[in-house]
Amino acid sequence: MSKQHVVVIFPHPDDESFGASGTISKFRAEGIPVTYLCGTLGEMGRNMGNPVFANRETLSSFRKKELTEAAKQLDIDVELLGYRDKTLEFEPREEVADYLQQKIEALQASLVITHYPGYAVHPDHDALGAAVVAAVEKIDRESRPEIWMHAISNQHEDDLGKPDIIFDIAPYWEQKLAAISAHLSQADGMMSLIEIHDKKHEQTERLKMERFYKWTFS
Amino acid sequence: MKVIEQSVVQEKINQLANQAVYVHLETTNGAYASHFDEKAYNVGAFIRNAQVTYQHGKIVSTGGSYRVGLKLELGWVYAEGVTDYEIDDLGRLLLAGHDREGRLMVALEISKSPFSHEAELHE
Repeated sequence: MSKQHVVVIFPHPDDESFGASGTISKFRAEGIPVTYLCGTLGEMGRNMGNPVFANRETLSSFRKKELTEAAKQLDIDVELLGYRDKTLEFEPREEVADYLQQKIEALQASLVITHYPGYAVHPDHDALGAAVVAAVEKIDRESRPEIWMHAISNQHEDDLGKPDIIFDIAPYWEQKLAAISAHLSQADGMMSLIEIHDKKHEQTERLKMERFYKWTFS
Repeated sequence: MKVIEQSVVQEKINQLANQAVYVHLETTNGAYASHFDEKAYNVGAFIRNAQVTYQHGKIVSTGGSYRVGLKLELGWVYAEGVTDYEIDDLGRLLLAGHDREGRLMVALEISKSPFSHEAELHE
């Protein structure tokens, strides 16, 4: 692939910050453009800020603003796919895949980062990851982007083995923290964990290493 | 949202009775419940923009939180554990119950017009 363009496809505003912002920052530091295709506005999220500042009807506005701020921190473009939080698995898979294929081709993606279907815990993660695979499979072999997948279920290594790619994102820790902090309505619990516990804390350590599996088409 | 004032909420429930209204009813313990605790179950239900007409409704204090029931001609709508309320600028009654970390556990909302999310209204 002559030109590089990384396209990150996750369903919720903040998935990019928790799961891939170190990797995104690394690509940006190398001058590679990154676009985030964000599936939903996270309008069904349970976190309403602490103390509570959002309600079910206003949450989408907060999360949209937070996403814009995180994108600014990470120096990436964002496109909204316009689906509804917690409903992606009920959408016709083929329709989602067609839509994603069109987006991926328009952006001339050389690499797509998404969730590993079946190992991503949240039904939206699994559904969108599966749709990404279906979308990329529709693209001619020679122009297909690579797919890197983020697996987060507790037992995923039992099935999948060790990740293919492990980035120690310590050099980009400040960017990652800034991106996570931008998601005010969601990040509170995670931020207090980071602040309360020292750097050896498991959650913090997990955030400092970003792991991906490469998808292979049969 | 603010802590429920029972009489204010009861008055709003009365105002919205005997006419076609839209209801959002939701309860959840989150998509990660069994991820963080393998002994936990993921449970949740949500219905958005169900159109109903209730004959009357009542908010009952349980000491700390409230139960709200709406009597339909042929059935009921019911929510437990609501703690906070808001009557927003569209005249919608928004009720919600939050846990200690401010996470939403239950929501019951009643509106004269169909619900759309705020972010969509601004587009």
